[in-house]
Amino acid sequence: MSGDIPKIRLRGLSKSFGPKVVLDGVDLDIRAGHSMVILGGSGSGKSVTLKCILGLITPDAGLIEIDGRDVAAMTRREREAVNDRIGMLFQNGALFDSLPVWENVCFKLLAQRRITRRAARDKAAEVLAQVGLAASVGDLSPAELSGGMQKRVGLARAIAAEPDIIFFDEPTTGLDPIMGAVIDGLIVDCVKRLGATAVSITHDMASARRIGDDAAMIHKGRIVWRGAAATLGDTGNALVDQFARGEREGPIQMELRK
Amino acid sequence: MDRALDLTAGLGRFVLAMLRGAGAVALFAAEAISHLVRPPFYGRLFLKAFVEIAWFSLPVVALTAVFTGMVLALQSYTGFARFNAEGAVANVVVLSITRELGPVLAGLMVAGRIGAAFAAEIGTMRVTDQIDALTTLSTNPMKYLVAPRLLAGTIALPLLVVVANTLGVMGGWIIGTQQLGFASGAYLKATFDFLQAWDVISGLIKAAVFGFIVTLMGCWCGYNSGGGAQGVGRATTAAVVSSSILILASDYLLTAVMFSR
Ligand SMILES: Nc1ncnc2c1ncn2[C@@H]1O[C@H](COP(=O)(O)OP(=O)(O)O)[C@@H](O)[C@H]1O
Ligand SMILES: [Mg+2]
Repeated sequence: MSGDIPKIRLRGLSKSFGPKVVLDGVDLDIRAGHSMVILGGSGSGKSVTLKCILGLITPDAGLIEIDGRDVAAMTRREREAVNDRIGMLFQNGALFDSLPVWENVCFKLLAQRRITRRAARDKAAEVLAQVGLAASVGDLSPAELSGGMQKRVGLARAIAAEPDIIFFDEPTTGLDPIMGAVIDGLIVDCVKRLGATAVSITHDMASARRIGDDAAMIHKGRIVWRGAAATLGDTGNALVDQFARGEREGPIQMELRK
Repeated sequence: MDRALDLTAGLGRFVLAMLRGAGAVALFAAEAISHLVRPPFYGRLFLKAFVEIAWFSLPVVALTAVFTGMVLALQSYTGFARFNAEGAVANVVVLSITRELGPVLAGLMVAGRIGAAFAAEIGTMRVTDQIDALTTLSTNPMKYLVAPRLLAGTIALPLLVVVANTLGVMGGWIIGTQQLGFASGAYLKATFDFLQAWDVISGLIKAAVFGFIVTLMGCWCGYNSGGGAQGVGRATTAAVVSSSILILASDYLLTAVMFSR
């Protein structure tokens, strides 16, 4: 059954901020239990797409289905129940700097009352170990962590409640290549262990090939290509190939003078 | 002719924008209040906000109150000496403090401290996606961030004003007895003989309203903060300015209503 119904289905998703059209009819299917990578230039609306799926931004038009159900038709409570099963790693971490790391990691479990505060410290240590961090990190404040450690804590927070769907917004941006590869490895492990459906945003080709089964490219508010992540760099699509090789000349013109 | 039309159109737009803003703030407040009666409740966050407002504002509010009481005693003494009415000093001090200056000055001090702090904290959470993160972590940000702060402000400010009243009267008493030559017992008797419960209670009601206004504007401005450090800076300024103005405006309205006999 999960073979037929995509975990997430987007049809005609559109969003403008004032006069600025960001999404202009995005159509995308995300297969259950697979890892989808969304590529696209900076400011092309990748984060906005994820925020629409999460209900953080209301789209102007279009359909969003999760497990075959239209989220716009859900009651507030049903919508919250869906979000309870989704984990998100934000682009800049978005860790709560007023709380220690352990409380960040177990925030969702505590909010859902699936765990006591006393048990949360041990649980946090367990999840931190899964992302390669020592239990002692749990007592630090997020401000005391390096960028790579913050990403790991963000990852730990996203997976702690064992979600069905996980979103990763630029998990490796701003990290050195080795740390980027480490984070990619952790993402692949975690997604596999949870059997989750993953959607990752990136503009790093190496990273895309490492974490993706499927890939799609967004350009000018639409999905212009989709295919297997393994074929990236040699897709035959001029837009994707230019993006993958990072070439200045090609169909994508940087709009510098606008 | 065109000029006049432009002007009226501009004025109309301004008034409409004001009304829209007021409506949005009212809806925001209503939603926050609705979360106060629906579980889960965040007692820990309420306590944290309460301590931040009540305890850490004590020094500023206390100093303000003492000096205000002292100045009131001096000013009213020199003023009333012209009418040979120096005896009214103690009365003037206690009535001005309890009815007006205690709540208003405490409100303005807390607006500077707490309104700014809440706007900066919540604004930073907005621009760093922490508010969105709350939603993805099964937590309603209005319930988590706004409701406990509103409740804490509404309860904490009256308590601060009780302290401010006491210290303000004490400031007047110090000047009255040390500098103006009143006997301590007579000054205190004059203070309490004419004081009515309503003078104090009306001041505490004002304080509760001001506490609500300060925390509401702090949360509102932070919650709707624009992008980046600049956006947070603007939110902080807006919180302090708007809550100060609203305190003075609502002070007028409350006084008009409560003392309209
Ligand atoms: N809340 C918002 N208000 C106004 N504009 C926004 C908002 N969120 C995103 N945008 C704009 O939408 C465009 C796409 O943003 P985003 O999805 O974050 O890009 P990216 O693909 O780099 O993640 C950007 O130009 C951004 O300025
Ligand atoms: Mg982004």
